[in-house]
Amino acid sequence: MEIKKRQIRVTVNGVLHEALIEPRLTLVDFLRGELGLCGTHVGCEHGVCGACTVLLEGKAVRSCLMLAVQADGQSLLTVEGLIANGQLHPIQKAFMEARGLQCGFCTPGFIMSTYELLTEKPNPTDEEVRDVLGGNLCRCTGYQSILESVRLAATKLQSAGGTK
Amino acid sequence: MKPPPFDYLVPGSVREAVSLLKQHDGEAKLIAGGQSLMPLLNMRLARPAALIDVNRLKDLDYVREADGGLAIGAITRQRTVEKSDLVKNRLPLLHAALQYVSHPQIRNRGTFGGSLAHADPSAECPAVALALDAEFRIAGPEGERKVKAGDFFLTYLTTVLEPTEMLTEVRLPLLPARTGWSVQEVSRRHGDFAMAGVIAVMTLDGSGKCSAARIVLFGVAPTPIRAHAAEQVLAGAKPGEAVFEQAGKKASGVVEEPLSDIHASGEFRRHLAEVLTRRALAEASSRA
Repeated sequence: MEIKKRQIRVTVNGVLHEALIEPRLTLVDFLRGELGLCGTHVGCEHGVCGACTVLLEGKAVRSCLMLAVQADGQSLLTVEGLIANGQLHPIQKAFMEARGLQCGFCTPGFIMSTYELLTEKPNPTDEEVRDVLGGNLCRCTGYQSILESVRLAATKLQSAGGTK
Repeated sequence: MKPPPFDYLVPGSVREAVSLLKQHDGEAKLIAGGQSLMPLLNMRLARPAALIDVNRLKDLDYVREADGGLAIGAITRQRTVEKSDLVKNRLPLLHAALQYVSHPQIRNRGTFGGSLAHADPSAECPAVALALDAEFRIAGPEGERKVKAGDFFLTYLTTVLEPTEMLTEVRLPLLPARTGWSVQEVSRRHGDFAMAGVIAVMTLDGSGKCSAARIVLFGVAPTPIRAHAAEQVLAGAKPGEAVFEQAGKKASGVVEEPLSDIHASGEFRRHLAEVLTRRALAEASSRA
Protein backbone atom coordinates (compact mmCIF):
# COMPACT_ATOMS: atom_id res chain seq x y z
CA MET A 1 0.00 0.00 0.00
CA GLU A 2 1.38 3.38 -1.04
CA ILE A 3 0.95 5.77 1.88
CA LYS A 4 1.62 9.44 1.53
CA LYS A 5 4.22 10.81 3.93
CA ARG A 6 3.33 13.93 5.84
CA GLN A 7 5.30 17.00 6.69
CA ILE A 8 5.22 17.98 10.37
CA ARG A 9 6.63 20.82 12.45
CA VAL A 10 7.07 20.21 16.13
CA THR A 11 8.90 22.10 18.82
CA VAL A 12 10.89 19.74 21.03
CA ASN A 13 12.67 21.15 24.07
CA GLY A 14 12.39 24.62 22.57
CA VAL A 15 13.85 23.66 19.17
CA LEU A 16 11.66 23.62 16.06
CA HIS A 17 11.99 20.46 13.95
CA GLU A 18 10.51 19.75 10.53
CA ALA A 19 10.28 16.23 9.20
CA LEU A 20 8.63 14.18 6.48
CA ILE A 21 7.27 11.04 8.11
CA GLU A 22 4.97 8.08 7.67
CA PRO A 23 1.65 8.55 9.50
CA ARG A 24 2.13 5.28 11.37
CA LEU A 25 5.32 6.45 13.07
CA THR A 26 4.67 6.67 16.81
CA LEU A 27 5.79 9.78 18.64
CA VAL A 28 8.34 7.88 20.72
CA ASP A 29 9.93 6.34 17.61
CA PHE A 30 10.03 9.79 16.03
CA LEU A 31 11.79 11.27 19.06
CA ARG A 32 14.32 8.47 19.22
CA GLY A 33 14.76 7.47 15.57
CA GLU A 34 14.36 10.77 13.74
CA LEU A 35 15.58 13.29 16.31
CA GLY A 36 18.06 11.04 18.14
CA LEU A 37 16.53 11.91 21.51
CA CYS A 38 16.96 8.51 23.11
CA GLY A 39 16.32 9.66 26.67
CA THR A 40 12.66 8.76 26.20
CA HIS A 41 12.49 4.98 26.53
CA VAL A 42 10.31 2.47 24.68
CA GLY A 43 8.89 -0.03 27.11
CA CYS A 44 5.64 -1.87 26.53
CA GLU A 45 4.39 0.01 23.46
CA HIS A 46 0.80 -0.28 24.59
CA GLY A 47 0.46 2.38 27.23
CA VAL A 48 0.93 0.29 30.36
CA CYS A 49 4.46 1.01 31.60
CA GLY A 50 4.84 4.79 31.19
CA ALA A 51 8.57 4.65 30.30
CA CYS A 52 7.86 6.77 27.20
CA THR A 53 6.09 9.58 29.09
CA VAL A 54 6.75 13.05 27.64
CA LEU A 55 5.04 16.39 28.07
CA LEU A 56 2.76 17.51 25.24
CA GLU A 57 1.80 21.15 25.72
CA GLY A 58 2.69 20.67 29.38
CA LYS A 59 0.63 17.49 29.89
CA ALA A 60 2.24 14.13 30.64
CA VAL A 61 1.27 11.66 27.91
CA ARG A 62 2.39 8.27 26.61
CA SER A 63 4.45 8.86 23.48
CA CYS A 64 3.86 5.24 22.38
CA LEU A 65 0.11 5.97 22.24
CA MET A 66 0.46 8.96 19.96
CA LEU A 67 1.40 9.27 16.35
CA ALA A 68 4.10 11.76 15.52
CA VAL A 69 1.77 13.37 12.97
CA GLN A 70 -0.64 14.16 15.80
CA ALA A 71 2.01 16.34 17.45
CA ASP A 72 2.18 18.59 14.36
CA GLY A 73 2.19 22.24 15.42
CA GLN A 74 2.58 21.41 19.10
CA SER A 75 5.35 21.61 21.63
CA LEU A 76 6.98 18.77 23.52
CA LEU A 77 9.28 18.46 26.47
CA THR A 78 11.42 15.35 26.90
CA VAL A 79 13.86 14.41 29.63
CA GLU A 80 16.71 15.92 27.60
CA GLY A 81 14.99 19.29 27.85
CA LEU A 82 15.29 19.37 31.63
CA ILE A 83 19.03 19.96 31.70
CA ALA A 84 19.93 23.64 31.89
CA ASN A 85 23.49 25.00 31.61
CA GLY A 86 24.88 21.49 31.87
CA GLN A 87 23.19 20.98 35.22
CA LEU A 88 20.71 18.23 36.02
CA HIS A 89 17.21 19.43 36.84
CA PRO A 90 16.33 19.46 40.57
CA ILE A 91 13.91 16.54 39.96
CA GLN A 92 16.76 14.52 38.43
CA LYS A 93 19.06 15.40 41.33
CA ALA A 94 16.36 14.37 43.78
CA PHE A 95 15.99 10.97 42.11
CA MET A 96 19.78 10.47 42.37
CA GLU A 97 20.03 11.58 45.97
CA ALA A 98 16.98 9.68 47.22
CA ARG A 99 17.92 6.55 45.21
CA GLY A 100 14.76 6.75 43.11
CA LEU A 101 16.25 4.44 40.50
CA GLN A 102 18.27 1.27 40.09
CA CYS A 103 18.45 0.13 36.45
CA GLY A 104 17.09 3.47 35.27
CA PHE A 105 14.97 2.21 32.41
CA CYS A 106 11.71 3.61 33.78
CA THR A 107 13.29 6.78 35.16
CA PRO A 108 12.71 9.24 32.28
CA GLY A 109 9.01 8.43 32.45
CA PHE A 110 8.85 8.88 36.22
CA ILE A 111 10.71 12.17 35.96
CA MET A 112 8.38 13.57 33.31
CA SER A 113 5.28 12.49 35.27
CA THR A 114 6.79 14.14 38.35
CA TYR A 115 7.51 17.29 36.35
CA GLU A 116 3.86 17.72 35.39
CA LEU A 117 2.70 16.99 38.94
CA LEU A 118 5.05 19.46 40.61
CA THR A 119 4.30 22.14 38.03
CA GLU A 120 0.59 21.88 38.83
CA LYS A 121 0.93 21.12 42.52
CA PRO A 122 4.21 22.28 44.05
CA ASN A 123 3.36 20.69 47.39
CA PRO A 124 1.33 17.54 46.66
CA THR A 125 0.03 15.13 49.29
CA ASP A 126 1.42 11.58 49.33
CA GLU A 127 -1.91 10.42 47.94
CA GLU A 128 -1.62 12.80 44.99
CA VAL A 129 1.96 11.66 44.35
CA ARG A 130 0.93 7.99 44.47
CA ASP A 131 -1.94 8.65 42.08
CA VAL A 132 0.48 10.03 39.49
CA LEU A 133 3.26 7.49 40.12
CA GLY A 134 0.66 4.75 39.61
CA GLY A 135 0.90 5.59 35.92
CA ASN A 136 4.53 4.46 35.70
CA LEU A 137 5.93 1.00 36.32
CA CYS A 138 9.25 0.32 38.04
CA ARG A 139 10.47 -3.24 38.50
CA CYS A 140 13.51 -2.46 40.67
CA THR A 141 12.85 -0.01 43.47
CA GLY A 142 9.59 -1.02 45.08
CA TYR A 143 8.47 2.60 44.63
CA GLN A 144 9.11 3.81 48.18
CA SER A 145 12.36 5.50 47.18
CA ILE A 146 10.61 7.04 44.17
CA LEU A 147 7.97 8.51 46.45
CA GLU A 148 10.78 9.91 48.59
CA SER A 149 12.49 11.28 45.48
CA VAL A 150 9.35 13.17 44.53
CA ARG A 151 9.04 14.58 48.05
CA LEU A 152 12.67 15.68 47.92
CA ALA A 153 12.14 17.15 44.44
CA ALA A 154 9.18 19.15 45.74
CA THR A 155 11.33 20.59 48.52
CA LYS A 156 14.19 21.42 46.14
CA LEU A 157 11.84 23.07 43.64
CA GLN A 158 10.08 25.13 46.24
CA SER A 159 13.39 26.65 47.31
CA ALA A 160 14.35 27.09 43.62
CA GLY A 161 11.02 28.70 42.73
CA GLY A 162 9.25 26.09 40.55
CA THR A 163 9.93 23.48 37.86
CA LYS A 164 11.15 25.87 35.15
CA MET B 1 4.64 -3.70 18.09
CA LYS B 2 4.45 -1.02 15.42
CA PRO B 3 1.20 0.11 13.79
CA PRO B 4 0.45 -1.22 10.30
CA PRO B 5 0.37 1.34 7.46
CA PHE B 6 -2.72 3.50 7.13
CA ASP B 7 -3.75 6.70 5.48
CA TYR B 8 -4.07 9.64 7.87
CA LEU B 9 -6.78 12.24 7.44
CA VAL B 10 -7.52 15.36 9.43
CA PRO B 11 -11.07 16.67 8.95
CA GLY B 12 -11.86 20.30 9.69
CA SER B 13 -15.43 19.68 10.80
CA VAL B 14 -17.79 16.96 12.01
CA ARG B 15 -19.47 17.04 8.61
CA GLU B 16 -16.14 16.38 6.89
CA ALA B 17 -15.31 13.59 9.36
CA VAL B 18 -18.61 11.86 8.60
CA SER B 19 -18.10 12.32 4.88
CA LEU B 20 -14.61 10.75 5.13
CA LEU B 21 -16.08 7.83 7.08
CA LYS B 22 -18.64 7.35 4.32
CA GLN B 23 -16.02 7.53 1.57
CA HIS B 24 -14.04 4.76 3.26
CA ASP B 25 -17.11 2.59 3.61
CA GLY B 26 -16.35 1.07 7.00
CA GLU B 27 -12.60 0.72 6.40
CA ALA B 28 -11.65 3.88 8.31
CA LYS B 29 -11.52 4.44 12.08
CA LEU B 30 -11.88 7.67 14.00
CA ILE B 31 -9.02 8.37 16.37
CA ALA B 32 -9.46 10.75 19.29
CA GLY B 33 -7.30 10.25 22.41
CA GLY B 34 -6.09 6.93 21.02
CA GLN B 35 -5.60 5.40 24.46
CA SER B 36 -7.47 2.25 23.40
CA LEU B 37 -7.05 2.37 19.62
CA MET B 38 -3.26 2.91 19.62
CA PRO B 39 -2.59 -0.30 21.60
CA LEU B 40 -4.85 -2.15 19.15
CA LEU B 41 -2.86 -0.68 16.25
CA ASN B 42 0.51 -1.35 17.87
CA MET B 43 -0.50 -4.97 18.43
CA ARG B 44 -2.04 -5.06 14.96
CA LEU B 45 -5.37 -6.20 16.28
CA ALA B 46 -6.83 -3.34 14.22
CA ARG B 47 -5.78 -2.63 10.64
CA PRO B 48 -7.90 0.23 9.36
CA ALA B 49 -7.19 1.53 5.84
CA ALA B 50 -7.36 5.07 7.20
CA LEU B 51 -7.35 6.93 10.49
CA ILE B 52 -9.52 10.01 10.71
CA ASP B 53 -8.06 12.18 13.45
CA VAL B 54 -10.75 14.22 15.21
CA ASN B 55 -8.42 15.76 17.80
CA ARG B 56 -8.44 19.10 16.00
CA LEU B 57 -12.23 19.50 16.14
CA LYS B 58 -11.90 21.94 19.01
CA ASP B 59 -15.58 22.84 18.93
CA LEU B 60 -16.24 19.39 20.42
CA ASP B 61 -14.04 20.16 23.44
CA TYR B 62 -16.30 21.53 26.20
CA VAL B 63 -18.20 20.91 29.42
CA ARG B 64 -21.20 23.21 29.76
CA GLU B 65 -24.66 23.49 31.23
CA ALA B 66 -27.52 22.55 28.94
CA ASP B 67 -31.20 21.85 29.59
CA GLY B 68 -30.70 21.64 33.34
CA GLY B 69 -27.91 19.10 32.92
CA LEU B 70 -24.38 18.98 31.56
CA ALA B 71 -23.32 18.69 27.94
CA ILE B 72 -19.88 17.26 27.27
CA GLY B 73 -18.25 17.45 23.84
CA ALA B 74 -17.01 14.10 22.56
CA ILE B 75 -13.32 14.99 22.32
CA THR B 76 -13.09 16.57 25.77
CA ARG B 77 -10.17 14.93 27.57
CA GLN B 78 -11.11 12.82 30.58
CA ARG B 79 -8.72 14.91 32.66
CA THR B 80 -10.53 18.09 31.61
CA VAL B 81 -13.89 16.59 32.61
CA GLU B 82 -12.44 15.39 35.92
CA LYS B 83 -11.02 18.83 36.74
CA SER B 84 -14.06 20.79 35.57
CA ASP B 85 -15.62 22.80 38.39
CA LEU B 86 -19.02 22.29 36.79
CA VAL B 87 -18.56 18.53 37.04
CA LYS B 88 -17.15 18.68 40.57
CA ASN B 89 -20.02 20.86 41.80
CA ARG B 90 -22.98 19.67 39.77
CA LEU B 91 -22.15 16.04 39.04
CA PRO B 92 -19.67 14.79 41.65
CA LEU B 93 -20.58 11.21 40.70
CA LEU B 94 -18.82 11.69 37.35
CA HIS B 95 -15.81 13.31 39.01
CA ALA B 96 -15.54 10.34 41.39
CA ALA B 97 -15.90 7.77 38.61
CA LEU B 98 -13.14 9.38 36.55
CA GLN B 99 -10.66 8.87 39.41
CA TYR B 100 -10.88 5.14 38.61
CA VAL B 101 -10.11 5.61 34.90
CA SER B 102 -6.54 4.38 34.52
CA HIS B 103 -3.94 7.03 35.45
CA PRO B 104 -3.63 10.82 35.07
CA GLN B 105 -1.21 10.36 32.15
CA ILE B 106 -3.87 8.37 30.27
CA ARG B 107 -6.71 10.72 31.22
CA ASN B 108 -4.62 13.65 29.89
CA ARG B 109 -5.09 12.21 26.43
CA GLY B 110 -8.10 9.89 26.58
CA THR B 111 -11.42 11.49 25.67
CA PHE B 112 -14.81 11.17 27.32
CA GLY B 113 -16.54 10.42 24.02
CA GLY B 114 -13.83 7.98 22.98
CA SER B 115 -14.32 5.87 26.08
CA LEU B 116 -18.07 5.70 25.43
CA ALA B 117 -17.67 4.85 21.75
CA HIS B 118 -15.03 2.22 22.55
CA ALA B 119 -17.43 0.60 25.05
CA ASP B 120 -15.04 -1.55 27.04
CA PRO B 121 -17.14 -3.70 29.42
CA SER B 122 -15.00 -2.76 32.41
CA ALA B 123 -14.88 0.98 31.69
CA GLU B 124 -16.35 3.50 34.10
CA CYS B 125 -17.66 6.19 31.70
CA PRO B 126 -20.20 3.90 29.99
CA ALA B 127 -21.47 2.81 33.42
CA VAL B 128 -21.89 6.45 34.48
CA ALA B 129 -23.78 7.17 31.26
CA LEU B 130 -26.14 4.28 31.94
CA ALA B 131 -26.61 5.17 35.61
CA LEU B 132 -27.55 8.74 34.68
CA ASP B 133 -29.65 7.82 31.65
CA ALA B 134 -27.40 9.96 29.44
CA GLU B 135 -28.29 10.93 25.90
CA PHE B 136 -25.83 10.51 23.05
CA ARG B 137 -25.77 12.94 20.11
CA ILE B 138 -24.58 11.18 17.00
CA ALA B 139 -23.72 12.72 13.63
CA GLY B 140 -24.13 10.67 10.47
CA PRO B 141 -24.54 11.11 6.72
CA GLU B 142 -28.29 11.70 7.18
CA GLY B 143 -27.90 14.26 9.97
CA GLU B 144 -28.02 13.99 13.76
CA ARG B 145 -29.74 11.38 15.89
CA LYS B 146 -30.11 10.98 19.64
CA VAL B 147 -29.77 7.69 21.49
CA LYS B 148 -30.33 6.97 25.18
CA ALA B 149 -27.57 5.20 27.09
CA GLY B 150 -29.86 2.20 27.65
CA ASP B 151 -29.97 1.64 23.88
CA PHE B 152 -26.39 2.64 23.04
CA PHE B 153 -24.26 -0.29 24.24
CA LEU B 154 -24.83 -3.54 22.35
CA THR B 155 -22.06 -5.93 23.41
CA TYR B 156 -18.26 -6.08 23.88
CA LEU B 157 -16.71 -3.00 22.27
CA THR B 158 -19.85 -2.58 20.19
CA THR B 159 -22.39 0.24 20.21
CA VAL B 160 -25.19 1.37 17.93
CA LEU B 161 -22.72 3.69 16.16
CA GLU B 162 -22.66 2.83 12.46
CA PRO B 163 -19.26 2.81 10.69
CA THR B 164 -20.29 6.11 9.08
CA GLU B 165 -21.33 7.80 12.33
CA MET B 166 -19.54 9.84 14.95
CA LEU B 167 -20.44 10.57 18.57
CA THR B 168 -20.38 14.35 19.02
CA GLU B 169 -21.86 15.11 22.45
CA VAL B 170 -23.19 13.48 25.59
CA ARG B 171 -25.97 15.02 27.68
CA LEU B 172 -25.94 14.06 31.33
CA PRO B 173 -28.92 14.92 33.55
CA LEU B 174 -28.13 16.14 37.07
CA LEU B 175 -29.31 14.15 40.06
CA PRO B 176 -32.60 15.25 41.66
CA ALA B 177 -32.88 16.54 45.24
CA ARG B 178 -32.40 14.07 48.13
CA THR B 179 -30.43 11.78 45.87
CA GLY B 180 -27.25 10.02 46.94
CA TRP B 181 -24.73 8.21 44.79
CA SER B 182 -21.78 5.89 45.03
CA VAL B 183 -19.06 4.51 42.77
CA GLN B 184 -17.48 1.24 43.91
CA GLU B 185 -14.84 -0.72 42.08
CA VAL B 186 -12.37 -3.52 42.69
CA SER B 187 -9.24 -3.92 40.58
CA ARG B 188 -5.86 -5.51 41.25
CA ARG B 189 -4.19 -2.13 41.54
CA HIS B 190 -5.59 1.37 41.39
CA GLY B 191 -6.00 2.31 37.74
CA ASP B 192 -6.15 -1.26 36.44
CA PHE B 193 -9.19 -2.48 34.55
CA ALA B 194 -12.11 -3.10 36.91
CA MET B 195 -12.75 -6.72 37.81
CA ALA B 196 -16.17 -5.48 38.84
CA GLY B 197 -17.75 -2.17 39.67
CA VAL B 198 -21.08 -0.78 40.79
CA ILE B 199 -22.63 2.66 40.46
CA ALA B 200 -25.69 3.32 42.59
CA VAL B 201 -28.00 6.33 42.61
CA MET B 202 -30.75 6.51 45.23
CA THR B 203 -33.52 9.07 45.85
CA LEU B 204 -35.37 9.28 49.15
CA ASP B 205 -38.86 10.70 49.66
CA GLY B 206 -40.06 12.89 52.55
CA SER B 207 -40.54 9.90 54.85
CA GLY B 208 -37.00 8.63 54.19
CA LYS B 209 -38.11 5.76 51.97
CA CYS B 210 -36.43 5.03 48.67
CA SER B 211 -38.53 6.47 45.84
CA ALA B 212 -36.13 5.68 43.02
CA ALA B 213 -32.91 3.72 42.62
CA ARG B 214 -30.62 2.90 39.76
CA ILE B 215 -27.92 0.30 40.12
CA VAL B 216 -25.45 -0.31 37.31
CA LEU B 217 -22.91 -3.13 37.27
CA PHE B 218 -19.81 -2.97 35.10
CA GLY B 219 -16.96 -5.35 34.38
CA VAL B 220 -19.23 -8.36 34.81
CA ALA B 221 -21.14 -8.51 31.52
CA PRO B 222 -20.42 -7.59 27.87
CA THR B 223 -21.87 -4.12 28.53
CA PRO B 224 -22.65 -2.13 31.66
CA ILE B 225 -25.95 -3.48 32.92
CA ARG B 226 -28.83 -2.25 35.11
CA ALA B 227 -29.55 -4.51 38.07
CA HIS B 228 -33.33 -4.15 37.81
CA ALA B 229 -34.04 -6.97 40.26
CA ALA B 230 -31.91 -5.24 42.88
CA GLU B 231 -33.51 -1.86 42.17
CA GLN B 232 -36.94 -3.40 42.81
CA VAL B 233 -35.86 -4.44 46.30
CA LEU B 234 -35.21 -0.78 47.05
CA ALA B 235 -38.50 0.56 45.66
CA GLY B 236 -40.54 1.99 48.57
CA ALA B 237 -38.21 0.44 51.15
CA LYS B 238 -36.58 2.19 54.07
CA PRO B 239 -32.81 2.00 53.44
CA GLY B 240 -31.02 -0.28 55.87
CA GLU B 241 -28.56 -3.13 56.06
CA ALA B 242 -31.11 -5.88 55.54
CA VAL B 243 -32.45 -4.21 52.40
CA PHE B 244 -28.93 -3.61 51.05
CA GLU B 245 -28.05 -7.22 51.66
CA GLN B 246 -31.11 -8.46 49.84
CA ALA B 247 -30.43 -6.07 46.94
CA GLY B 248 -26.83 -7.30 46.78
CA LYS B 249 -28.02 -10.90 46.47
CA LYS B 250 -30.35 -9.90 43.65
CA ALA B 251 -27.55 -7.99 41.90
CA SER B 252 -25.30 -11.04 41.97
CA GLY B 253 -27.94 -12.97 40.04
CA VAL B 254 -28.44 -10.36 37.33
CA VAL B 255 -25.78 -11.80 35.04
CA GLU B 256 -26.22 -15.49 34.27
CA GLU B 257 -22.63 -16.06 33.29
CA PRO B 258 -20.36 -13.25 34.48
CA LEU B 259 -17.19 -12.54 32.49
CA SER B 260 -14.44 -14.98 33.34
CA ASP B 261 -10.83 -14.40 32.39
CA ILE B 262 -7.25 -14.41 33.64
CA HIS B 263 -8.01 -11.43 35.93
CA ALA B 264 -11.03 -12.83 37.75
CA SER B 265 -13.28 -15.87 37.53
CA GLY B 266 -16.97 -15.48 36.86
CA GLU B 267 -17.74 -16.65 40.38
CA PHE B 268 -15.45 -14.02 41.88
CA ARG B 269 -17.06 -11.32 39.75
CA ARG B 270 -20.49 -12.48 40.90
CA HIS B 271 -19.31 -12.23 44.50
CA LEU B 272 -17.93 -8.73 43.86
CA ALA B 273 -21.22 -7.62 42.29
CA GLU B 274 -23.02 -8.58 45.50
CA VAL B 275 -20.55 -7.00 47.92
CA LEU B 276 -20.08 -3.83 45.89
CA THR B 277 -23.84 -3.35 45.45
CA ARG B 278 -24.26 -3.56 49.22
CA ARG B 279 -21.48 -1.03 49.80
CA ALA B 280 -22.70 1.27 47.03
CA LEU B 281 -26.24 1.35 48.42
CA ALA B 282 -25.01 2.05 51.94
CA GLU B 283 -22.90 4.95 50.72
CA ALA B 284 -25.57 6.29 48.36
CA SER B 285 -28.23 6.29 51.11
CA SER B 286 -25.87 8.06 53.49
CA ARG B 287 -25.44 10.83 50.89
CA ALA B 288 -29.15 11.09 50.00
